[in-house]
Amino acid sequence: MLDTASIRRQFPIFSRKIGGRPLIYLDSAATSQKPLAVLDRMRKFYEEDNANVHRGMHELAERSTAAYEGARTAVHEFLNTRYPEEIIFTGNCTEAVNLVARSWGRAHLREGDAVVLSALEHHSNVVPWLQLKEELGVEVKWIDCDDHGRLRIDMLDAFLREGNVKLVSVTAQSNVLGVRPPLGDIIATAHAHRALALVDAAQSVSHHPTDVQALDCDFLAFSGHKLYGPSGIGVLYGKREHLESMPPFLGGGMMIREVYRDRFTPADIPQKFEAGTPPIAEAAGLAAAIRWLGQFSWENVENYERALLRSAWEALSSVNGLTVLGPGSSSPRLCSGLSDGMDSDVSGCLSFVVTGVHPHDLTEILGCRGICLRAGHHCAQPLHRQLGVTASTRLSVGIYNTVEEIKLAGQAIADAAGALRP
Amino acid sequence: MNIYAENILDHYWHPRNKTHPLPAENIKDGGRVTHEEINESCGDSLAIRLTISAGRIASIQWDGSGCAISQAAISMLSEELAGKSIADAESIKKDDVYSLLGVPIGPRRVKCALLGLHALKNAIKKFKGEPPTGWNDTAGSSV
Ligand SMILES: Cc1ncc(COP(=O)(O)O)c(C=O)c1O
Repeated sequence: MLDTASIRRQFPIFSRKIGGRPLIYLDSAATSQKPLAVLDRMRKFYEEDNANVHRGMHELAERSTAAYEGARTAVHEFLNTRYPEEIIFTGNCTEAVNLVARSWGRAHLREGDAVVLSALEHHSNVVPWLQLKEELGVEVKWIDCDDHGRLRIDMLDAFLREGNVKLVSVTAQSNVLGVRPPLGDIIATAHAHRALALVDAAQSVSHHPTDVQALDCDFLAFSGHKLYGPSGIGVLYGKREHLESMPPFLGGGMMIREVYRDRFTPADIPQKFEAGTPPIAEAAGLAAAIRWLGQFSWENVENYERALLRSAWEALSSVNGLTVLGPGSSSPRLCSGLSDGMDSDVSGCLSFVVTGVHPHDLTEILGCRGICLRAGHHCAQPLHRQLGVTASTRLSVGIYNTVEEIKLAGQAIADAAGALRP
Repeated sequence: MNIYAENILDHYWHPRNKTHPLPAENIKDGGRVTHEEINESCGDSLAIRLTISAGRIASIQWDGSGCAISQAAISMLSEELAGKSIADAESIKKDDVYSLLGVPIGPRRVKCALLGLHALKNAIKKFKGEPPTGWNDTAGSSV
């Protein structure tokens, strides 16, 4: 069992009031709030250890290098990678995906090769591939989903049989519907056709354990800021043999072995992909976040958040004119699935539309009551288009949320929807 | 202050000059122009269709889905525009739209409030055969 009261006390932001009301933060899928353990670690880093990394023989340089490389070890253990040097620090998840597209993609893809995406993808796992389409003539193919957000795996099979697919790049968890595609099957199928697999784990890492060796994915990307860590740091995991065969991404300091007037040789991995001064304090903060989250068992986290989502589904489905997108849409599959504990493929968030009520208006009114939900297309326009809506409202949870908060939000949503309809 | 004032909701519920769908453009018809703009933050789009005769806006029709603020803003603007000269229409500024709305528009709602104005500006540009302007010109560089 999670002690939510104690967890909440570790997040200074929850003592803040908005317009005199307590903050109800249901936007963790955009970014999570940060516990004191992370804030303190970063402050301590700047107060006691700050120096650049891998440069200089002085004591501080040694401490900051230890903090930075220690963070790499922490992520290596968190993802269960085979080697620590398979962890590349980037600015965010988006940059990690771009690194693969620019480095691996440009080196290995030719006109007529194909990259397969799913209809669930966030723009950060769409646009880098569309850029390669423009640049190299790479084909981008889409696995559709049904109204429940389930991927049409038969389409993946058909694409792979065409023989030109070099990469399948899919999300581990939709940032709109919360559905979790069958990654194990997708990756194994891709490999059976000699395609590589990239996993966008931005949404899943804070809700479920991630084991890259069990998944056998070739690349995996996420951001620190959705994992109770700081913004400004992201992670790319890549299998060592891939990373070693890839050209550098950005050029500059740190990523080189030798530089002459007319040529350079790159450093070994991971430095090869970490040009310039990296996010050092952020790495220390990310390691602190991983350590902090690690004090709870995944089983407790998953059970607790499932209960939160179930109460969200119940609260939302009683609102007049409200439709939950995806799994909860036409039948209460999510609800019944959750209550009998069978449906574990939805997590983190629910999105919905309310007839006659625009998400911007709804979230504006909620915001005035201190209730933070996100409105818009959530950087997933292809998915919204497929679902036939322009924009939606998303309710997302972290382990600091409570059922009471969700009930208050549900009531506020019903009130606001009532006020916005003639 | 509640931005969902009565007049906003009135225009939202009973939009003026909204025409769904907009009639298809007749290319040969030089007195008409249709132009669409998108609010990238939510994906809402708004199309505006001007009928221009003797340098004046003879009629304005618009279509699109959006939040109460964007719909009320274009609805009010469309009432304002009828009969105006092109030069007068071009001189409409964001603050004019804010005063039509009469409620405080915070930074996060700027694009909602100004989507209609942005579509109007670029519809006129299109009519005059000039290149479209960006959001910075309509809304200032803060968005
Ligand atoms: C599924 C998914 N992928 C990628 C991203 C991009 O993360 P970031 O903006 O931190 O690069 C997000 C975050 O919004 C996401 O939800």
